[in-house]
Amino acid sequence: MMTTNWFKFASPAAFYPIAGRLIPWFGRIAAALVLIGLFWGFFLTANQLGGSNPQKEYYRIIFVHVPSAWMSMWLYLVLAGWSAIGLVFNTRLSFMMAKAAAPTGALFTFLALWTGALWGRPSWGTYWDWDPRLTSELLLFFLYIGYMALHSAIDDTRRADRAAALLAIVGLVMVPVIFLSINCPDPNQCAALHQRSDPGSIHLSILIPMLTMTFGLWAYSFAAVFARLRTIILTRESDSAWVRDVIAKEATV
Amino acid sequence: MMEFFNQGGYGGYVWGAFGMTFGLLLIEILQLRGSRRATLIRIGRLLRLRAPRQAAAASSRRQGTSGTQP
Repeated sequence: MMTTNWFKFASPAAFYPIAGRLIPWFGRIAAALVLIGLFWGFFLTANQLGGSNPQKEYYRIIFVHVPSAWMSMWLYLVLAGWSAIGLVFNTRLSFMMAKAAAPTGALFTFLALWTGALWGRPSWGTYWDWDPRLTSELLLFFLYIGYMALHSAIDDTRRADRAAALLAIVGLVMVPVIFLSINCPDPNQCAALHQRSDPGSIHLSILIPMLTMTFGLWAYSFAAVFARLRTIILTRESDSAWVRDVIAKEATV
Repeated sequence: MMEFFNQGGYGGYVWGAFGMTFGLLLIEILQLRGSRRATLIRIGRLLRLRAPRQAAAASSRRQGTSGTQP
């Protein structure tokens, strides 16, 4: 049986060129999926949704709201996961991955809140409510900000990595809280509020563009996080010989 | 066309949501590009500062060898 030594890719020098080759592909996939999702979401969907108290055109915000919210939670899992791997195996690249994921995760958390506010105003009558899910998503945003602030507040990189990683892991409790925070025991009583959704009950013309946008933003996240990772690797490894070669090569291009 | 932009009177909400999303993604892409460029320039400058003698020695060696070549 052939075994792959995964730790080989854990070396920043080995992963730097791999990430560089992957970024354009993730970028292309992201652009294609987002364009398909937008076209489908705007042109192949009904203008109104639901029966007696329909959601009007503003429901189309779902095509950015749900994907952003999913990515905000997923990237937090990525952040905490790499933090844990970094603490356990003491691999430098893991901490760099975690640090690279945080700003994009914070961005999607903000977007989930922003697009939710613009959806909430026409459908609930308010931009903001201390609804359990809104509140826990806001706390997730503060956790991302806290991770980044704590990391940049400690000068020694290794200590910053470890302290921020610990915060990220403790903050992991927020993800299941967001997932479970639903204040609606009976979906028929509060159709407009956050409810436990059953993918089977969502109309396909809504579900497909929503999932397409989600995969598009996922591919975008890969590209953005890898791009940030490459800059972090260069900064942290600037003393090593391979970075000198990279700089010499890139400077002439 | 106007109908599309109007979104049944909810255009402000719909375009506010989509505009912020893709606006911020665009800003992130530009920011990543800028920081990559700045990092390359900064490290390049640092390397030249740190090893001016080595660089000078290497370049003179290169010139030397090219000079002896027929």
